[in-house]
Amino acid sequence: MSAHVGVVVFPGTNCEHDVVKVLRSIGGNADLVWHGASALDSYDALVLPGGFAHGDYLRPGAIARFSPVMKAVVRFAADGGPVVGICNGFQVLTEVGLLPGALQKNRDLKFLCAMSTLEVCSDRSILTRETPIGTKLNIPINHFEGNYTCSVETLAQLRDEDRIVLRYTQNPNGSMDDIAGVCNVEGNVVGLMPHPERACDEMLGSADGVPLMASLLGMPVGALLSEQQPG
Amino acid sequence: MVEVMLRPGIADPQGATVQRALPALGFEGIEGVRIGKAVRLFVDAANAGDAQERAAEVASRLLANPVIEDSVVRVMGEVSVESAP
Repeated sequence: MSAHVGVVVFPGTNCEHDVVKVLRSIGGNADLVWHGASALDSYDALVLPGGFAHGDYLRPGAIARFSPVMKAVVRFAADGGPVVGICNGFQVLTEVGLLPGALQKNRDLKFLCAMSTLEVCSDRSILTRETPIGTKLNIPINHFEGNYTCSVETLAQLRDEDRIVLRYTQNPNGSMDDIAGVCNVEGNVVGLMPHPERACDEMLGSADGVPLMASLLGMPVGALLSEQQPG
Repeated sequence: MVEVMLRPGIADPQGATVQRALPALGFEGIEGVRIGKAVRLFVDAANAGDAQERAAEVASRLLANPVIEDSVVRVMGEVSVESAP
């Protein structure tokens, strides 16, 4: 049976249908979950898609982190469930504390909408476990606040723990260490600014997002955690 | 009044852009520009200390992101929501 993915929709989210369409097109099962939901037990994985949750008022993700569904998302992640935040979803995951750091305004104060080239830097996250380290992926970015920022200590920790999942080959936005995506310690929570769901068909310029989305589908709840148990 | 400012050492591209524009307008000697947010909370509180405490909690839980921002709370005295600018 194919994995069932919940795609969380906040007021102002606008990439949810792209994510659902892609997941279904590669053999998965995906449904929208309204941000008022409190039960996520029926899903095998969650995606927080891009957009402008709660209008991005105050800061991107600042209000969304208090949406009712987020308590359930935090619980789902703590139980080892795969959670991926794309763009605005990444911002929400940092605000709620599932991922470290913050996404600041782009260095040049420009909204960036462009193809970007990414390098896979870790294959231990649920999103990249099917993609060898060093693989280059063409995946578009579309953001104003994508400039990844964290303390020097956090950056050192991310490096030491192999948690920098994706880097830009040409830094578009000022992100520290060219970071495009990071994961939590266990690798089951991933946030990235680029939009893999928009790079899943050659007709759209790239299908490099497919292995990432497929990796999410192949990930049964908790399997990564148990794989990591020693012995 | 809650002032939310980027923490020292965090790059502020907005402030830097404003600072670069100043010499063109003839303003000299402005050595730094940092841009933040001012948030005015109208608190029904028994006294200034109570208002300060509650506003500080709002600031730390919601208004500022501690990864990149600091907040400062200032009690401004009695102001009604209706009469405030």
